[in-house]
Amino acid sequence: MSWWTPQLAATLWAMFQALVILLAVVVVGAALTVVERRLLGLWQDRYGPNRVGPFGTLQLIADMLKIFFKEDWTPPFASRALFMLAPNLAFASLLLSFVIIPITPGWGVADMHIGLLFFLALAGINVYAVLIGGWASGNKYALLGALRASAQTLSYEVFMGLSLMGVVAMAGSFNLRDIVAAQEGLWFVIPQFLGFVTFLIAGIAVTHRHPFDQPEAEQELADGYHVEYSGMKFGMFFIGEYVGMVLVSALIVTLFFGGWQGPWLPPIVWFALKTSFFLMLFILLRASLPRPRYDRVMSFGWRVCLPLTLVNLLATGAVLLLTGS
Amino acid sequence: MRKNKVLSVLWLIPASWSLLRTMWMVFMHGFRKRETVNYPEEEVYLPPRYRGRIILTRDPDGEERCVACNLCAVACPVDCISLQKGEKDDGRWYPEFFRINFSRCIFCGMCEEACPTSAIQLTPDFEMGEYQRQQLVYEKEDLLINGPGKDHDYHFYKVAGMAIAGKDKGEAQNEEVPEDVRTLLP
Amino acid sequence: MELGFYLSGLVAVLATVGLISGSSPVHAVVYLIVSLIAVALVFFALGAPFAGALEIIVYAGAIMVLFVFVVMMLNLRPEAKRDPLWLRPGYWLGPSLLALVLLVALVALISDGQAGMTIDGELITARDIGLTLFGPWLIVVELAAILLLAALVTASHVGRRNKPRGNRNRGGTR
Repeated sequence: MSWWTPQLAATLWAMFQALVILLAVVVVGAALTVVERRLLGLWQDRYGPNRVGPFGTLQLIADMLKIFFKEDWTPPFASRALFMLAPNLAFASLLLSFVIIPITPGWGVADMHIGLLFFLALAGINVYAVLIGGWASGNKYALLGALRASAQTLSYEVFMGLSLMGVVAMAGSFNLRDIVAAQEGLWFVIPQFLGFVTFLIAGIAVTHRHPFDQPEAEQELADGYHVEYSGMKFGMFFIGEYVGMVLVSALIVTLFFGGWQGPWLPPIVWFALKTSFFLMLFILLRASLPRPRYDRVMSFGWRVCLPLTLVNLLATGAVLLLTGS
Repeated sequence: MRKNKVLSVLWLIPASWSLLRTMWMVFMHGFRKRETVNYPEEEVYLPPRYRGRIILTRDPDGEERCVACNLCAVACPVDCISLQKGEKDDGRWYPEFFRINFSRCIFCGMCEEACPTSAIQLTPDFEMGEYQRQQLVYEKEDLLINGPGKDHDYHFYKVAGMAIAGKDKGEAQNEEVPEDVRTLLP
Repeated sequence: MELGFYLSGLVAVLATVGLISGSSPVHAVVYLIVSLIAVALVFFALGAPFAGALEIIVYAGAIMVLFVFVVMMLNLRPEAKRDPLWLRPGYWLGPSLLALVLLVALVALISDGQAGMTIDGELITARDIGLTLFGPWLIVVELAAILLLAALVTASHVGRRNKPRGNRNRGGTR
C-alpha cells in the first residue's frame, strides 16, 4: 500500500466530489424543465404535465428520450464548426462556474481565491455561445437574437460585477468560502440590499430568463438565437439555461443569504432549501411579469441599475472606511 | 418639464411595488382551484344543447322521422351529408341511404336548424375518434336511434298536410278540410 | 505549472496564426478570442489569476463581444476576396524586418544569462494587486482614471443624438 498516500486519497475524494456536484447540477437543471412547467401550471390554475407516470414524475425521462432521438439537423447554410461549438460552449461555461460554489463546509470543487472573478469571466464567455450560435445559424432571426443577447449581456454584466463588489468589500475577499464565513452574524442581504436586487436583475438578464428573454423572444424572433437548432444541440442550450438559473440561485444564496448557514438543519439542507427558493422565484418571475420592450431593457440597465450599483458601492466603501473595518 | 432630477428616480418605488404586487398575486393563484378537467379520468360536463355527434331520430310511433327533403344537405356548409330519397308504399318518404362524413363535419348544427321534421339532431357526445378515416363515415344504421331525441311529441305526418295511407288530406291535427277550389269559381 | 504555461502559450500562438491566416472574418475573431483566453491561462499558469480573470472579463468578455458584434453586423462573407496587393514584397517586407528585429531582441534578452529561470507560479492575490495599484502606483492609476473619464465623456458626446432637445422616445425611464 505504498501508493496509497493521503494526497492521493484527497485527490480522489476531490474528484468524487466534483463528479457528484456535476451530476447533481445537471440533474437538477434537467429536472427544472419539468418543475418549471408544473409550477407555471400551478400558478396559472392548471396542472401542467401530469400524464407520464404518477403526477408526471416520469415526464423528464420522456422528454429526454424524445430529445435524444430527434433528428439533429445542421442547416446547409450554417457555418458548421461554429454551429457545433456554440451549444457546447453554452452548456460548459455555466456548468464550469459551479467550481467556485461552496455547498457545505466540506463540499465544493475548488477553493479559488479569485472565486467571483472566475464566475464573471465564465459569464463573459457564455455570451459567445449565444453570439456564435446565432451567427453560425445563418438565419436572420437568429442573428437578431444574438445581437440582442450580446448587447443585453454586455450591459448587464457591467453592473453585475459592480453589484458584487459591495459584498467583496465587506467580506474582504473574492473567495466564496470567506464570503460565507463573513456572513456568520448577519446575512449580506441586509447591508447589501441594493447589491442583492441589482445582482438578481443582472442574473436574470445574463441567463436570458423572463422577463429579460429578449434574445429568444418567441413572439418577435421565433426563439431567437437557437431557432435553427434541433435535437441534443437544442437540448444543450435548453438545459444550459436552467443550469444558469441554478448557478445564479446558488450564487445569490452564497453571496447574500449566508450559503449553508442556518440553525438546526444540516448545511446541505439549508443550501438546497435556499437555492430552491430562488429557483422558485425565477419561475414566479416568469409566470407573472411581461417582457418589456428591448430599448427599455437597455435603458433600465444603464440608467437605473448601473447608478444604483454605483451608489451602493460608494456607500459601502464610505461606511467601511468610517467604521474602519 | 424639467423637474427635480434627483427626485425623478422616485418613480421606481411605485413601479417596484407594482411588480411585487403582481408577483404576490400570481403566487397566491397557487392556492386556488385548478380549472383543468382531467378529461379521461374525470367526466366532462356537456350541456344538453352541446353540439356533438349527429343522430337521426324516430317519431313517437317508431317510424323514421327523416323525409329525405335534403334541406340538411343543402344547409351543410362543408357538404358532409348525402342522402337519397325513397318512397314507401304508403306514400311516406324516407332516405334510401343517409351518410354523414364526420371527418368533414364541423358540428355547426345548421342541419338541425334546417330540418323540418326534427329528424337530424346533435347530441352531447364528442368521443368519436378513429384511427382510420373511413370509419368516420357514418351510414344510416350508425346514425339512427330508437327514440324521438329532444323533440318528444313531434310527429311530422300527423301535423303535415301530406296524404299518406290511412290519413288523407285534411285529417292531420289542426288541419282544416281542404277547400274545394272548384267552389270558388265564378 | 510549466506544462500549463507552455501548452497555453502554444495555443495562443496557434490561434493567432489562425487569426491572421483565416479568410472568414468571424472565424478570425473567434480565433482572437481563443488567443486571448490562452493568454489568460498563461497568466493563471504564472500565478497571476487576478490578471488572468480580468483579461477574460475585460478583453474576451466585453471588448471582443463588440468586435464580434460589429463583424456580424457587417455581414462579411468568406468569399470576399482580399486585396492581392498584400502579397507583393513591398508591402510585407518593411513590417517583417521590424518584427524580425524585435524577435532578435527577444531571443537575445531571454538567452541573456537568465536561461535557467523556471516558472514557479508564485501566487499573486487580489490584495497584493490592490496594495500595489493604490500604493506606489496611485498617481498612475488616477491618471488612467482621468483619461478613461475623458474618453467616457467624449464617447457620450459623440454618441449623442444630433437633436439638442429631441425628446423623441427617451427610452423607458418614464
